[in-house]
This record gives sequence, C-alpha cells and structure tokens, in this order.
Amino acid sequence: MAIVQMRKISVYALKKHRKDILEHLQRRGVIEIVCSPFDDRFVQEDTSSQRNVFLKSSAAAATAWEAINKYCYEKKSLLSSFEGRAHISDEDYYKFVSNKDEIMRVAAEINLCEKKQAELKAEILKLENQCTMLNAWLELDISMRFKGTHSTRAFIGSFPDAKDSETLLKELAVKAPDVSFDLEILSTSTDQTCVCAICHKKYSQQAEEALRAVGFSYPPLPTKATPRERLDELKSRIKEYEKQIDDYISQITKNVGMRNALKFMEDYFVMRADKYDVITRLSNSKRCFILTGYATAENAEKLESDLTTKYEAYVELEEPGDGKEVPTVLKNNSFARPVEGVIETYSLPQRREIDPTFVMSIFYYILFGIMFSDAGYGFVMALACFICLKKFKRMEEGLKRSLKMFMYCGISTIFWGAMFGSFFGDAITVISETFFHHKIVVDAIWFNPVKEPMRMLMFSFVLGIFHLFAGLGMLAYKHIKSGHPMYAVYDSLSWFLIVGGAIVYLLSMDMLYNITGVLLPTQVGNVGGILAIIGAVIVVFFSGRESVNPIKRLLKGLYGIYGVTSYLSDILSYSRLLALGLATGVIGQVFNQIAIIGGTGVVGTIVFVLVFVIGHLLNIGINALGAYVHTNRLQFVEFFNKFYEGDGKPFEPFAVKTKHYNVKEDI
Amino acid sequence: MFNTLFSNSGLFLALLGAAFATTLAGIGSAIAVGRAGTAAAGVLTEDPSKFGKVLIFELLPATQGIYGLLIGFLIIQNVGILSGVAAEVSIAKGMLYFCASLPIAFGGLVSALYQGKCAVAGIATVNKRPDQVGKALLLPAMVETYAILALLISMLAVFGIPNLAI
Repeated sequence: MAIVQMRKISVYALKKHRKDILEHLQRRGVIEIVCSPFDDRFVQEDTSSQRNVFLKSSAAAATAWEAINKYCYEKKSLLSSFEGRAHISDEDYYKFVSNKDEIMRVAAEINLCEKKQAELKAEILKLENQCTMLNAWLELDISMRFKGTHSTRAFIGSFPDAKDSETLLKELAVKAPDVSFDLEILSTSTDQTCVCAICHKKYSQQAEEALRAVGFSYPPLPTKATPRERLDELKSRIKEYEKQIDDYISQITKNVGMRNALKFMEDYFVMRADKYDVITRLSNSKRCFILTGYATAENAEKLESDLTTKYEAYVELEEPGDGKEVPTVLKNNSFARPVEGVIETYSLPQRREIDPTFVMSIFYYILFGIMFSDAGYGFVMALACFICLKKFKRMEEGLKRSLKMFMYCGISTIFWGAMFGSFFGDAITVISETFFHHKIVVDAIWFNPVKEPMRMLMFSFVLGIFHLFAGLGMLAYKHIKSGHPMYAVYDSLSWFLIVGGAIVYLLSMDMLYNITGVLLPTQVGNVGGILAIIGAVIVVFFSGRESVNPIKRLLKGLYGIYGVTSYLSDILSYSRLLALGLATGVIGQVFNQIAIIGGTGVVGTIVFVLVFVIGHLLNIGINALGAYVHTNRLQFVEFFNKFYEGDGKPFEPFAVKTKHYNVKEDI
Repeated sequence: MFNTLFSNSGLFLALLGAAFATTLAGIGSAIAVGRAGTAAAGVLTEDPSKFGKVLIFELLPATQGIYGLLIGFLIIQNVGILSGVAAEVSIAKGMLYFCASLPIAFGGLVSALYQGKCAVAGIATVNKRPDQVGKALLLPAMVETYAILALLISMLAVFGIPNLAI
C-alpha cells in the first residue's frame, strides 16, 4: 500500500549502440522516456518520415490480414476478448523478421487483389443496372440506334408514364394531324412506356415535334446490337468478371497460412514506429546520445547494471524533483491491487500523497456486497470471474485486475447475502413450497432487511459514518506525515468531535428512540454535546487559518461550520445501501413469483426454469451495474472528498504496444 | 359497475398507485433509454468496438422503470391482487398506497429524463475519450441518487402501510 519510489535515469551512450539499447528498453518496458534537453551540440533528430513509412507498412499488413479474414473467417469463441495476446517464441520472432520483405510483398499482393476485386464488383453493379434498363427493350428486334429506311423514319424511345397505343395515337393526331404513325408498344410500366414509332420520311420533322410534345425522349444508352444481343453480351461480361473476382479471392485465400505472419507484421512495424517516436526525444551529438526517463527505483538499478555491462553506457540515477511530470506507480498487496483500476478511473494520487488503495479496497468490497446483497448472485459473479481467470491465463493485465475485483466483490456479496438471508431472492422458499409442497424458510443469519428496513437503514448510516471517519483518519495521517500534526487536530479531529459528539447527543434524545432503538443516558448525551461544541470551536478558530486578517479568519471559520450540512448529506447518501440492497432482493422475489405462475406441470416447470434463469440474469446485470456505479460514487464523492487530491501522472513506459502478439522479455 | 368500484374504492386507489408508479417511472426510463440508444447507435457506426461501453450508458437510466415496477409489484402483492384473494383495503389505506407511489412515480420520471440527457453526453465523451469511461459514468449516476431516494421513501411507506390500524 504505497506509492513506489521513482528514479530519474539519464543514460549517456554511444550512438552505435542506440538501436540495441532502445530495443532492449522497449522489450523490458519499465522506463518512461521524456524529452532530453537540447542545445547547440546535442540536437533533436527528426524521424517523422521513417515513422510514417513504418505506420504505413503496419496498416498495409493489417488490411491484408483483414482481407484474408473476410474470406476465411477465423473462428472466435464468445469469450475471445478475455484471451489476451498470444506469446511469440524467439524463434518465430526472428523467423518472421528475416522474412519481412517476402511477407510485405505478399501483403501488397493481397491488397492489390482486394482492390481489384472491389473495383470489379463495382463494375458488375454498373452492368447489372444496364441489364435492368435493357429489359424494357427486349421486344425490339433491331438496333436501338435504328433511324429508318430509305423512305421511312423510325423513332425508338420512351414516354415517362404508362400509355397504350390508342391514347398515344389520339394524342399524336391532335399534335400532328397530317402524319400517320405505325406504332409498336415494346413495354409498359407505371413510369415508362417504350415504343417504336415509324412514319413517312417527309413528315419526320413534324412527327418528331409531335412526339416530343407528348413527352417522347430517346433512350440514354442506345445499343448498336439488338437489345437481346446486348443483354447476352452484358451477362457474359458479368460472368467473366465474377470469374475474375473468384480468381482474385482465391489468390487472397491461398495465403491463409500467412495470417499469423501478417498479424505479426502489423505489430512489428508499430513497434518500430514507436521506437522512432522515442528517438525524437533523445538528444544526439555526432557520436553519442543522451536518454532521460523515469523508472521505479528497483527497476532503475537493474537497468543501470544491464546497460553499463552490455552496452558500455554511463547511467546516472537521481531522486526526481517534485515536478508534475514525474509519474506515479502504485504497489499493493494482492487483496487491494484489483481496485487500483478504480482509482485510475478517478485520478492517480500525486507522488507525495498517500496511497488510498488499501483502505478503499476494504470498503469497496463491503459496500459492493451490501448493495448487491444476494448470496446466489454473488456466487454466480464470483464463479464466472474465477473460471475466466483460470481459463484465460494470458489475459491483459487491466482486465485481469477488474475480474479479480469483481471476484472479491462477489465473495463479499455471498457473505452479505447470507447475512441478510437472500439466495436468488426467496428462491428456496418458493421452489420448496411450489414443487415439493413443503415450505422451507431460510432464515437470515443476521436479519432480513425486507422485514426490518429501519434496522438496515441504521446499519447503512453506521457503516457510512465509519467510511467517512476513515476518510478523516486518512486526512489526519496525511497531515502528520507531511509534518503538520496540529493541522490534523484542526481539520480532522475537530470534525471527529463534531460528528461523533452530535451523534452521541442525538442518541440520548427520546425523539429518535423509535427509529434507532437505542437510548443513551442523558449524561452521556451531554458529554457528546460538549465534545461537539469543542469541535465546533476548533473549526471556528482554525479552519480559516490561512488568512492573516483576524476578522476574515473568524468569518471563514464560521463558514467552515456550514460544512456540517455536507456531513449530513454525506451520511444520508449511504441510504442507497438499503435502497439498492432491497431492490436486488425484491426484484429477485418478483421474478420468482412470475416464474411459478405456470404451475407445477411439465410446461409449468419449463416456464419456471426459463423465467428463473432469464429473470435472474437480467437482475444480476442491472444490479451489478448499479452496485458498481454507486460503490464508485460513495468512494469518489463521500470518501475521497475528505482527504484525496489526486491528479498524479500515470506511468506510461516505453514498451511493446502490440495488438496480436505479446513480445515482452521477462525480467 | 360504479357500485362495485365504490365499494372497493380502497383497492381501486391502491391499484391506481401501482399503475402510477409503474407507468410514470417506466415512461421516463423508456424515453431516456431511447435517447441514449440513438446516441449509442451513432457511436457504433464509427467504432463498433465501443459497444460494451456505450451499452452501459444506455442502461443507466433503465433503473427508474425497474424501481417503478418494484413499487407497483409490492403494492399489488400487499393488497392481495396477485394471490387472487383481495384483502379488505380501507379507503384510507388505499389512499396511503396511492400517496406512497407518488415519490417513485414522479421522482423516477423526471430523474430518468435528466439521467438520459446526462447519459447521452457521457456517450459523446466516451466516443472522443474512451479512456475516461469511469468519470463519464459517474455523472449520470449522480442523477440516479434522487431516484434512489424516491424509491427509498416509496418502499419504506409501502412496507409500513399494512401494519397501520386504519
């Protein structure tokens, strides 16, 4: 339960070792590299162009891999996201690296085939459109460009609506009374009528005007051959394209064995790009370079000995300053480590702060358990997490941490569920009564919150007060550690006295006896009252101590007393323990009630099992989400508010950040 | 028909309360989840891998509907509609059940609507900064506090009413 000591590392080495040193550091992944100072002699090197080349290669490998996946689907289990990255042996690593030109040539080939087949597919779509257009003209057994014979004029075209020959002829007769048409309707649909109209050549002018007036237009793509021939030609072209596409696809799929190599290449080039990115942060002279960074004290010493012996480097270790750029690394025992992720989502502590993880983890598991509060649900959650953790050994670190956290939360839920007598709601009672006609009532080990909600509410408040007091204790510890023990009295002890004293005083009043069931003697209550007043006096005189002006200081102190309201709302906030706990249990009971509606027959049993499983899974999902979010809230808002500053910088070591393969050297 | 209704008006009022709690809180959640869902679908068009994250946001305002269902269910169970043997419910008790349903009905309705807005904003945050999911999740959860407080009062009241001698 501590924030790890960091060391600032400066490495001075020869340029000829630069590549090896960087690769070594990348594979170890324990040092965060920051910008070294530049001057006239030590300059920054611009590597953005190389970096872009690597990123492009990585992207090419990735698209080639995706193209293969498109045609040869890689089977993945539902839980594959838990699997994590595969380990790659040194042998495979160097085999892939030495073949990288060949692999990238294949990748380019695959990408070209993929591009070609996509183009052909677009072309086919175009041809298919043309075919649909031609379908309306199939009745025509001459070329669509036919304009007439020696003494006739032919008009092949269409009208934009449905017409029959009779109306058409009538309309034309109105427009051009002199011309007689030979009209053949080729096809009719609601939005197009295709016709071939023939008239004597000497009337061609009038005929065309008349036709146009009725809405005639020439086809957009008149074919030279007859429509039928053209259609056959298009169809054979489509067939040919389809065959070509198949060829391209088979060219892609024949490389299915390269899948792993391509995945590796995607990672490999990203690694190299990262390395070139780091190079921009080094300062280089003609023959040597300087590298600056941060590492944990333990790793820094190992690095020092490694770099000096292997690469003739000179390594300097120093205490880092108080600057904001120094990263924070947390180290906790296996009980508390899982909730580090929750702290990270809020904000890491600053380097000089205390690490709240351990104290927080105790309350985290307890609060989650009380809100989820069903032994059956806790068992399902803990078991599911346990199986995943056992089954997927290579799981990513962050995911592993979260699953461990939910496993511990599940165990705590089993405990609290047993305390409050809830197992899948009231499943045991309901099942025994409905199916075996013998009612078994499982009693709560402690008490049943559904029957005694007020008792549960009081318990929630008491737990909340403990939680808040733990926060105040952390504040006192922080002040004492930073060498201001009197601050602990002013800011922390004073509130202990006010809140603690006020509670003792309230408990001695008759008014609250009905609710709490506890009545303290009046003398004890008076002592509590006096303590609260002492606390309040401390707050009035010392909470404004930064102000030099005594009046201002006193006013600030009086305002400080106003903080009582925030304690009141903080404590009341813990009533959510009761509400969410009851909600889980009662919704579970609702599902049990619905499940037995079908009765005890065969159908009834099937209905029971279905409703029971689906209903409780739904309840687990929605209530686990609620418990998670509200546990976080109680930690972040009520607990952290008392002492925590946060805003520490996360540690981002220069490491192998790959997608598919885990290339990390064990230290 | 009116005669029957009047002779059972205690039961009628209790059922009205159950209907209020379930319907109003349900309406709030339905609108809020719907809004969050459309925002989530927008994110998925760009990056389907964020499905897990945006789904959590979509579900956050779903709880009010469930709290409403909970109160509604408790009321109809208490007055015996569920078992088919309606208990004698006095008009006063029916009225009390009705009043008990009001906090979660209205508190649930309004808190769901605003939690939905907050969830939509959270989805936008996650779209741009997927690493900030923890913080973005906490903001809609703040709104939920008031639904929980409403649920608490409704629930304590419904638990208490059968023991009253009226």
